[in-house]
Amino acid sequence: MNPDTPVDVLDCLGQRCPLPVIALAKRLPSAPVGAVVRVLADDPAAAVDIPAWCRMRAQQYVGAVSVDGSPAFDVRRLS
Amino acid sequence: MRGAYFDAATAAPLHPAAREALLGALDDGWADPGKLYTQARRARMLLDAARATIAQVLGVRPDELSFTSSGSTAAHAAVLGGLAGRRRAGATLVRSAIEHSAVLHAGERHARDGGAEAEVPVDLLGRVDLDAWTRAVTAPGVALAALISASHEVGTVQPVAAAAAACRSAGVPLYVDAAQSLGRTPVPEGWSLLTGSARKWGGPPGVGLLVVRKGTRWVSPYPADDRESGRFPGAPDLPAILAAAASLHAVHQTAAQETKRLSALVDHVRATVAATVPDVEIVGDPADRLPHIVTFSCLYVDGEALLTALDRRGFAVSSGSACTSSTLRPSHVLAAMGVLTHGNIRLSLHRDTTADQVERFLAELPGIVASLRAEVGM
Repeated sequence: MNPDTPVDVLDCLGQRCPLPVIALAKRLPSAPVGAVVRVLADDPAAAVDIPAWCRMRAQQYVGAVSVDGSPAFDVRRLS
Repeated sequence: MRGAYFDAATAAPLHPAAREALLGALDDGWADPGKLYTQARRARMLLDAARATIAQVLGVRPDELSFTSSGSTAAHAAVLGGLAGRRRAGATLVRSAIEHSAVLHAGERHARDGGAEAEVPVDLLGRVDLDAWTRAVTAPGVALAALISASHEVGTVQPVAAAAAACRSAGVPLYVDAAQSLGRTPVPEGWSLLTGSARKWGGPPGVGLLVVRKGTRWVSPYPADDRESGRFPGAPDLPAILAAAASLHAVHQTAAQETKRLSALVDHVRATVAATVPDVEIVGDPADRLPHIVTFSCLYVDGEALLTALDRRGFAVSSGSACTSSTLRPSHVLAAMGVLTHGNIRLSLHRDTTADQVERFLAELPGIVASLRAEVGM
């Protein structure tokens, strides 16, 4: 399996800050180290806050993609 | 009083010198300074004195200084007038990514009217990228460059001298928005246009400063009006201007001590918040910053909920979080820095701020943040 393929997709569309980041913080620790979790989030703050969360928590921000026209953000668990 | 007002970066409480001048001027300074009768000559004399006082504090000539109706209108006039004056040289406005929204909106107007904009990024501490700045101002067709003296949201002081040197080499005039630093820190050098706002230093709202240095090409963006040397239309609010001048003179006298006192309080806030609130990001440069501003973001906390909880305890603060803005977009300053935008709080201190008020805030904050996090299961 491609290591960049998400093991889980969190649908946070329509949720406002900081809910998408909270969903990510709750889910990522139960993903295997090295796995990617994808967050679907259309709140404008998510594009800044998800990379910032990764920096603060020493996790890897893989990047932003578009899924069916919605913004999505991929994060890899490093520790 | 349990709480405290910590939003001087929006509007500082009226300085006693401003109050005194304002009340006096309501009796004595209401006539139109442009007329020729006795009351008008008295008003003209008072206006000239206010202009001379402020010009002296800024280190500029009185005829370079015009009064506008706010800091925002001064910024609009600086940007649009600076661009209009250099129309033959080019159509590009170079600006940092962290300018005040008044500068951003003036730039948007310019772009809608067929002009161009070049945005220069900042680093994680909120300092403009000087290499990118130099490349941007050196590019062909640049009419004007705009750089804030220090960030109004995170306090980081900008390298104005180096940015000005790059502009000088490129032959591009520099506009500096000095709203947050006037009356607190020395006026930077090397600019052609400078603006300020009286309510940031303890003057009344409704007074902006526009300084156009001799030799700067500037063309009014407004319909013709002979007031304020043709730079800003409408009858000036003379009582408010007199109050602005009296308060700037007063804060200038004590600026060095106040800078030291407030800067020590900000250091204390930075250290204590970092030690007592888990998962917090304190943003902006820890050392090369304005004396009175401290900004931090709390993970997993809704900025509006935090602001409201603090207000309930009497603490007035500002926030750059999206949920606290009318557009529901996060602060463009925090976004440009790449720092956390939710759970964001800005404290900005002033002459009435006491160490006791700061201690009470610091004592209450950890519990407030913990209970907001508990509500969302964090």
